[in-house]
Amino acid sequence: MSVSITIEHAHKQFSTYPALRDVSLRVKQQELVALLGPSGSGKTTLLRAIAGLEELDQGRVFFDTTDMRSLSLRDRRIGFVFQSYALFKHMTVFENIAFGLRARPRHDRPGSAEIRKRVGDLLDLVQLAGLEKRFPTQLSGGQRQRVALARALAIEPSVLLLDEPFGALDAKVRKDLRGWLRELHERTGQTTVFVTHDQEEALELADKVAILNQGVIEQIGSPDAVYDMPENAFVCEFLGEANKLPVHVAGGQAFFDDAPIFGGIGLNRSGPASLYVRPQHIKLADNGPLSLPGIVERIRRNGAVRRLEVAVRGYAKRVELDLASSVAPAIGERVSMKFTSAHIF
Amino acid sequence: MSLAASTRWRQPSILPGFGLAFGTTLTALCLIVLIPLTALMLRAAGAGWADIVAIASSPRTLAALRLSFGAALIAALVNTVFGLLIAWILVRYEFPGRRLIDAAVDLPFALPTAVAGISLSAIYAPNGWVGSFANQLGFQIAYTPLGVMVALIFIGLPFVVRSVQPVLAESERSIEEAAALLGASRLRTVFRVILPAVAPAVLTGFVLAFARAVGEYGSVIFIAGNIPMVSEIAPLLIVIKLEQFDYAGAAVIGMMMLIVSFVMILVLNLVQAWGRERLGHV
Amino acid sequence: MSDITFAPRAPDQEISGESLLTRLVLIACALVFLGLFLFLPLISVFAEAFKRGWEAYLAALADPDAASAIWLTLYVAAIAVPFNIIVGVAAAWAVAKFEFKGKSLLVSLIDLPFSVSPVVAGLSYMLLFGAQGYFGPWLKAHDLAIVFAVPGIVIATIFVTFPFVARELIPHMQALGTDDEEAALTLGASAWRTFFTITLPNVKWSLLYGVLLCNARAMGEFGAVAVVSGKIRGVTTTIPTQIEILYNEYNGAAAFALASLLAALALVTLVLKTFLEWRYADAIAASTHR
Repeated sequence: MSVSITIEHAHKQFSTYPALRDVSLRVKQQELVALLGPSGSGKTTLLRAIAGLEELDQGRVFFDTTDMRSLSLRDRRIGFVFQSYALFKHMTVFENIAFGLRARPRHDRPGSAEIRKRVGDLLDLVQLAGLEKRFPTQLSGGQRQRVALARALAIEPSVLLLDEPFGALDAKVRKDLRGWLRELHERTGQTTVFVTHDQEEALELADKVAILNQGVIEQIGSPDAVYDMPENAFVCEFLGEANKLPVHVAGGQAFFDDAPIFGGIGLNRSGPASLYVRPQHIKLADNGPLSLPGIVERIRRNGAVRRLEVAVRGYAKRVELDLASSVAPAIGERVSMKFTSAHIF
Repeated sequence: MSLAASTRWRQPSILPGFGLAFGTTLTALCLIVLIPLTALMLRAAGAGWADIVAIASSPRTLAALRLSFGAALIAALVNTVFGLLIAWILVRYEFPGRRLIDAAVDLPFALPTAVAGISLSAIYAPNGWVGSFANQLGFQIAYTPLGVMVALIFIGLPFVVRSVQPVLAESERSIEEAAALLGASRLRTVFRVILPAVAPAVLTGFVLAFARAVGEYGSVIFIAGNIPMVSEIAPLLIVIKLEQFDYAGAAVIGMMMLIVSFVMILVLNLVQAWGRERLGHV
Repeated sequence: MSDITFAPRAPDQEISGESLLTRLVLIACALVFLGLFLFLPLISVFAEAFKRGWEAYLAALADPDAASAIWLTLYVAAIAVPFNIIVGVAAAWAVAKFEFKGKSLLVSLIDLPFSVSPVVAGLSYMLLFGAQGYFGPWLKAHDLAIVFAVPGIVIATIFVTFPFVARELIPHMQALGTDDEEAALTLGASAWRTFFTITLPNVKWSLLYGVLLCNARAMGEFGAVAVVSGKIRGVTTTIPTQIEILYNEYNGAAAFALASLLAALALVTLVLKTFLEWRYADAIAASTHR
């Protein structure tokens, strides 16, 4: 059972600041959506509003066509994984996972053999078979996370909501769990929304990423779309790295220090603007039209590539670019940079 | 200092004064607490096995011990139920006078036991504010075992409240949200999720209240009526034996009570170790 | 989308709230219980004390035996409290700032007087210093009196108030750690200077808190003092034991007049304690947020 989620004009005011301002969002059946944003952007409030843990001042939440306000929390069948996991510390792993099944009204409650089987299946699914008698305090962070997930899945939820699911884990475990969650989603086909502040996580895992900032969704789209085609300066700066150059736009070209450095801009734009260019979208070229000259000031290793820092006259910061080729210029050498792709806002 | 530094039983530290501080503590502890209690044990043991059994198993002693333990147990149970209730409303609800009540819960710690004793007996006596009311209903509180219980409820009241309150206040809200989203009713959440999580704290408060009540003297003797075999508590029996210069008898009963104290401390440590292991707090 | 609107639910109520009725019933139950066992006794002390009016009240306090009991109570507290401050600070320093074997046993022993019946404590001193006690004959030969005299009352009071200061100081000092002291020492401060300018100011609120509780108990102790003092009127009676004597003589008004003094002390203690819990909480927060 998988449903779509529709949020219409959600507005939520906390005592001093608005947490959500007219947010609308559609999550299709079986979709895996990430809510990405800096802290205080309203992403967790949005997730809690979907779950019904936070009451909206205005706006509505629908699962398929059902208004969520018509259902009590118990009847919503929402699988929610809390950032702190919120495991019941006095219960074993088994009892934690079985809690939702045992809490059902009597006529709907599975028998104890059925519960044992279901919990056993879930333990297999989250790869924790054999640990059912342990207490949460006897588990590692990654194991607790998976217990929380199994507990949420036990009630056969219509949607799965995860609040910073990997926030409390160390880097190595995060990476493992990420791939595993993706696989799990492919297997169960559960409509899933998760909150994260880690863009790598969002871009790698999600079908669709919603980028929030100050209570507003700045952009929604596939990872490729939001990364390659940011709709505004915030998204461009927030996702990945970008050099920001003050330019003047005229006649479809961007001018820096009176020299044209980038072309092919829609003719409807003109006047002062900011040009954003990612380090991997700059290559070194011979002097020519639409290039930016500078002097190499520093070269450092940045994972698989080498990062060049180039000083440009009239610009206080250095332009950074990634050098894929094995031939590198020397420090102090004059170079000329060409932008293969850039965004003007 | 040089002794402490040359032995391995303490980890080295650059801070000074361990010898002085530890020596002062140990000396005071021995003089004030350990030597007198040892004297009590020696004196009781000195009475000889036959006498110990005779004193301990005399009907009057047994009746006094039964009353002290029975009334303390019931009082501690009453305080557990109401202590939990009071802690709950103080932590969870907002109502006028909440802060005042929060502060007032400690009154039994601050009010001298003799004062509590005479005021409780004045209220619960047959002609008192509450006692006269009970009288009309056909039962008497003061000067009966019921009166002993009333006094023990008073002095044990803060223990459960104060041990449960911080744990309840710290319990995460998300735990309750998780239970609700998993389909649990509010009642189920309270009894299966919240209360089990505070169980070690409740048990700690219960043991403290019980231990305090067993040894209580001042607040009880005024309201109890002190009728031998009926409303005479064990500490009072010690005082009576002392007044009759029956030092051996007093020492034997005193030793029995002291052993109970040690058992209570042991139980308390076990409860707290259990809480720490299972829940990572208390 | 459907256009039917539903009465909005308050998730807050649903998750962590009982219905208003349940809340009111629970609060009412708690208040009735507290009224019967807490507030009524407190009110009755003052009601009984002033039953015969101001003049009778003042006369009861001016009685020479009463005056002597008040004086002795203050005298005993003036010795017992400072003693326990010194020992409590020493114990906290040893326990909180150093690691050694048997530490938890030491802490348990410091807490022991809380678990021992005051009567048993008094009895122990009788068996040690009484006429039939281990040191009784020696004391008599040297014309010294401990039990049935002021020294016995002081020692018994020290026993029952022994843990108060240490128990407040130990957790606070443990939370503070040893960084400040180590810094002061490496900057060349002497041991005592470090203690008085660094350690003591850091824990002053919890120390005061412990002293407050210690003092309240010291002035109000009954069981242990009743056993060792012999209750000699005007000589070894403290306020609590004088209350007992008056009450047993059916002089209720006088007993309650004296009791009202101790009840007032208890109220002052509670007010100061509540105030300190504010300050103290701030101080703790400040010290852990550095």
